[in-house]
Amino acid sequence: MIHLMIDGQPVEVEEGTTILQAAKKACIHIPTLCYHEDLSIKAVCRICVVEVEGQRLLPTACSTPVSEGMVVQTASPKVLKARRNILELIFARHPQNCLVCPKSGKCDLQKVAQDLGMHLDIRYDTQIRHQKEDWSSPAIMRNPQKCILCGRCLEMCNDIQGINVLSKENRGFHTLVAPAYGEKLADTNCIGCGQCVQVCPTGALTVHYHTYGLMKQKELGKKLIIQVAPSVRITLAEALGEKPGVVSTGRLVSALKRLGFYKVFDSDFSADLTIMEEGTELLNRLKNGGTLPMITSCCPAWVKYCETYAPELTDHLSTAKSPQQMFGAMIKIWFAEREGIDPGEICSVSVMPCTAKKFECTRPEMRDSGYQDVDISITVQELASLIRAGGIDFAELPDTPFDDPFGEGSGAGLIFGATGGVMEAALRTVYAVVTGQEMPRLEYTDVRGFKGIKESTVNLNGTEIRVAAAHGIRNAKTLLEKIKEGKADYHFIEIMACPGGCIGGGGNPPKTWKIMEERKKAIYEAERNLPIRLSHKNPAVMRVYETYLGEPCGEKSHKLLHTTYFNRQDLLR
Amino acid sequence: MQEVHVLLKNRGKIDPKNAQEYADNGGFTALEKALSMTPEEILETVKAAGLRGRGGAGFPTWRKMQFTATAADPVRYIVCNADEGEPGTNKDRILLSTDPCAIFEGMAIAGKAVGAHVGYIYLRAEYTYLFPVMQAALLHAESLGYLGKNMMGSGYDFEIKFRSGAGAYVCGEETALFESIEGKRGEPRFRPPFPSIHGLFGKPTMLNNVETLANLAPIIRNGAEWYRSLGTENSPGTKLFTVCGNVVRRGVFEFPMGVNLKDIIYEVCGGIPDGHKLLGVQTGGTSGAIINADQIDMNLDIDSVSASGGRLGCGTILVIDDRNCIVDIVLNNLDFFRGESCGKCTPCREGGQQLYNLVNRIARGDGAIQDLEKIDELTETMQLTALCGLGHSTAVPVRTSIRNFRNAYLHHIDKDFCPVCSGKGGIYR
Amino acid sequence: MTMERDSYVFKTPASKLVQVAAIAAEYRDRPDMLMTVLIRAQKVVPAFSKAVARVIAREMNIPMNQVYSFVTFYAMLSVKPQGKYIVRMCKSAPCHVHGAKEIVEAIEDQLGISIGETTEDGRFTLEYCPCLGLCEISPAIMINDRAYGNLTPESVREIIKQYIREDV
Repeated sequence: MIHLMIDGQPVEVEEGTTILQAAKKACIHIPTLCYHEDLSIKAVCRICVVEVEGQRLLPTACSTPVSEGMVVQTASPKVLKARRNILELIFARHPQNCLVCPKSGKCDLQKVAQDLGMHLDIRYDTQIRHQKEDWSSPAIMRNPQKCILCGRCLEMCNDIQGINVLSKENRGFHTLVAPAYGEKLADTNCIGCGQCVQVCPTGALTVHYHTYGLMKQKELGKKLIIQVAPSVRITLAEALGEKPGVVSTGRLVSALKRLGFYKVFDSDFSADLTIMEEGTELLNRLKNGGTLPMITSCCPAWVKYCETYAPELTDHLSTAKSPQQMFGAMIKIWFAEREGIDPGEICSVSVMPCTAKKFECTRPEMRDSGYQDVDISITVQELASLIRAGGIDFAELPDTPFDDPFGEGSGAGLIFGATGGVMEAALRTVYAVVTGQEMPRLEYTDVRGFKGIKESTVNLNGTEIRVAAAHGIRNAKTLLEKIKEGKADYHFIEIMACPGGCIGGGGNPPKTWKIMEERKKAIYEAERNLPIRLSHKNPAVMRVYETYLGEPCGEKSHKLLHTTYFNRQDLLR
Repeated sequence: MQEVHVLLKNRGKIDPKNAQEYADNGGFTALEKALSMTPEEILETVKAAGLRGRGGAGFPTWRKMQFTATAADPVRYIVCNADEGEPGTNKDRILLSTDPCAIFEGMAIAGKAVGAHVGYIYLRAEYTYLFPVMQAALLHAESLGYLGKNMMGSGYDFEIKFRSGAGAYVCGEETALFESIEGKRGEPRFRPPFPSIHGLFGKPTMLNNVETLANLAPIIRNGAEWYRSLGTENSPGTKLFTVCGNVVRRGVFEFPMGVNLKDIIYEVCGGIPDGHKLLGVQTGGTSGAIINADQIDMNLDIDSVSASGGRLGCGTILVIDDRNCIVDIVLNNLDFFRGESCGKCTPCREGGQQLYNLVNRIARGDGAIQDLEKIDELTETMQLTALCGLGHSTAVPVRTSIRNFRNAYLHHIDKDFCPVCSGKGGIYR
Repeated sequence: MTMERDSYVFKTPASKLVQVAAIAAEYRDRPDMLMTVLIRAQKVVPAFSKAVARVIAREMNIPMNQVYSFVTFYAMLSVKPQGKYIVRMCKSAPCHVHGAKEIVEAIEDQLGISIGETTEDGRFTLEYCPCLGLCEISPAIMINDRAYGNLTPESVREIIKQYIREDV
């Protein structure tokens, strides 16, 4: 153990601890900008500098390990002067328009400045970068003027996800983080997973906001029908300032009602539909020698990745649409007809933890209703801002149930939000269909958790079905390589582009693995208490098949609930 | 004043491509001796000799050797920093073009001392024309068995590889150099971890300047006591001084450490030509202190120059005469630093540009007295918080020139006419 | 200088791309050899366009944006086509105090371009270079791999004339 003094307080920590971590034991949170607890240490912003007795220079707390007898001052006048000076230098390159910035109130730069008390004039020449905002991608908005060159997005996109869209160009004062060769985001191989948005400390990378478009639709008198993804009820309260993992399903519906949505439906329902279709498809492939392993297709970022990097493997993808798109078709065709509404009058909205869904709903083949099946997809962040704009006191709202006829979602649908969830939900139904019995224990923990690639074997009446669930594109790539080499002896694979699954999606509040742990616990806890935990036992689902669709993978199902894929390899040229 | 040629002893006397001629002149005997010594014995000799780094930092070479030799990882590297980017410095070019085998020998000795079997020479792109000579010398030495596998029958292997830079001064910084060899942008790494534990390719690495390595063979050959007889107590040995600027005789000269600056300028280099007067001197290159004519009676060894607020650094002496303007010189220095900043850390990337803007305003006659305060605070922040030496160095010419030439700055702030700065900057002969 | 989309409007001949591919393929899965590959490739292609970067990335099995990021960092690697003769003028202090400004103006005047530009016939590119290491013969320039020092505006005009005549 190492003993040191921080701001006059004796602190004892293990060897290898950094000053930043050790300071927390003395109740000191040294301000940081480029540091992120789940990413590698950068030590580039230089905000976390501290004064160490005996050292002439000010070392950075995030990167300096403690040593025996060290005497540290984290906020001496010298340190504060240096910190404010550095912030001043950042401000001289930063647009001063916090009032209209979507990140205002959630911005790390703003917070550090506020905490430090930056009331001084900026004494340097203001030189904002001339590059304009890039709105080309439906999922992510890039504003190079607000970048502080922390390097977090680079690590996320290149090292962690392995998509390699963003990089630093030039050096010195003219350094810029951008797609190579000045390309617009939409023209690159960006899959829209939004993990860069998750880690960006400022407004340089944000969700592409569609809230104004939504308001416009309301103004035009459209009937706003919204579907709510499983993860949203887990993270919305967090987005509005509550603790991570607070489940707010009932309040969520109340808020949406007050915001003027005509109907509020539960995407868990269409998740159940997805299980019915995909489960049946799997069984068909197993029985009739179809392309195996079959891979889930509900994650649009993963689908775009597959279309770009391995278009020859798109046969492996399930032809089932994602829950969002299935629902879009069901709303504008079945529901519209049933209620006697002209589908042209419907504005079909989804609220998702996901940025890539914004791209998915604009895919040209997603128009089975004759209109864009899902008009607008908004993220949890955007919903939170709508709620704030509406002056809604979220904490005090009563609970309201989802609207019929899609109100009921099973537990199997709910766990879609966590990595391994789709796999578990599918197995529950497939097991029941094949063996005629329920799984002895519905919680299929083999595929739960944050391990990169989880594998398991299920015994279905004597047949061994090998499954795998991966999250994060690097792990997806590993599995793809295995398939290409012919070494993937799985039958069914679930792939989620975002680390942790949808609860870690780009549209959620920024996460850390610690926060993810809370979200994951909440989702499985909430699921356990639901009355129906199997997709095929969902009465709403059964009704829809009986009265309208016929059978899973039948003719009508194929028409409305299944899709095709493209070859996007030219994005790599 | 007589030069003392230890490092330059083969200059002009041997064909640099010919390793046999090098050997005939006493070359490789030090390596032979070192190969029969233990690493500890080599270390003790270098320690007793008191050799300090010649690239700029003046770090005791034996310490680097020791840290690398005692690191946990068995794979170690020797790296020769031939990136010589400090403006005004030519000494490494002279050594590499006239006596490359001396560098190879030094690297091999260092290799034996730390247990490394591979050495890299990182040569700046502006010196690509030196490569054929160096390559020829290396191949010749290897063919004769002096270097490479089983050197001189000792059973010890040491292979030397060449790597090139591509126009980045920052790659002269130790860890940035490693990054460059690893195929990445030349951005320095934060320390700790230190290069002797986690260096090139993550392995313990001993990196030294060309001149430092050139000292190793003479030390092993002639002994520590002999080395100590040259130079001063805190800086034994000789130093290559590159004298440039407004002097009659420019070039690279070798003198024992401790030689007097005034003597070099006037006795060795013939003083200022064409009847002009001395305005100032900048020692250590663009990252060095700028001193005025009253301060040049100074002995040039590492500690003496530091004590006076400057830095001997790589031993560059830039002589500036009265045709120039100090503010213009400082502006030139800042232009260099802002262009060479890697851009990774905030204080250097942003501060370098803002410093340039501030001094530029003063130079153009649009400055105010408050600008000097702003400069003072900004340079202090950069010196205290920058990630690597480049950020620290940017501040040095500015701070020292304001201290030693305050009137020049006030002159510009008062909008008094400056023929240099009110034109397009720079002198016209 | 930051990159806007339209600066890449030049096509690299397919034969040159094949040559570059061969160079890069020698170092597949050796990302540390990127500098070596680029320096060799720069002798073959006019600049590292997106097409060239893609080929290098593919053959070396590294991401394309890594090649781009590397090239734009180093001053002597370029994404924009350079002239046949790259005239590098030293702008550091030792040359500065020796009248480098006059030399620069003389060359700019003679070739009709400013620093950073390339002549219309594509033969000369003018660049500033921080310290060529030729301080003892300042003011100095380098044209490709050859150094010229102790220059005066007159002597440098003669040197450039030789290159204009292709008499080197």
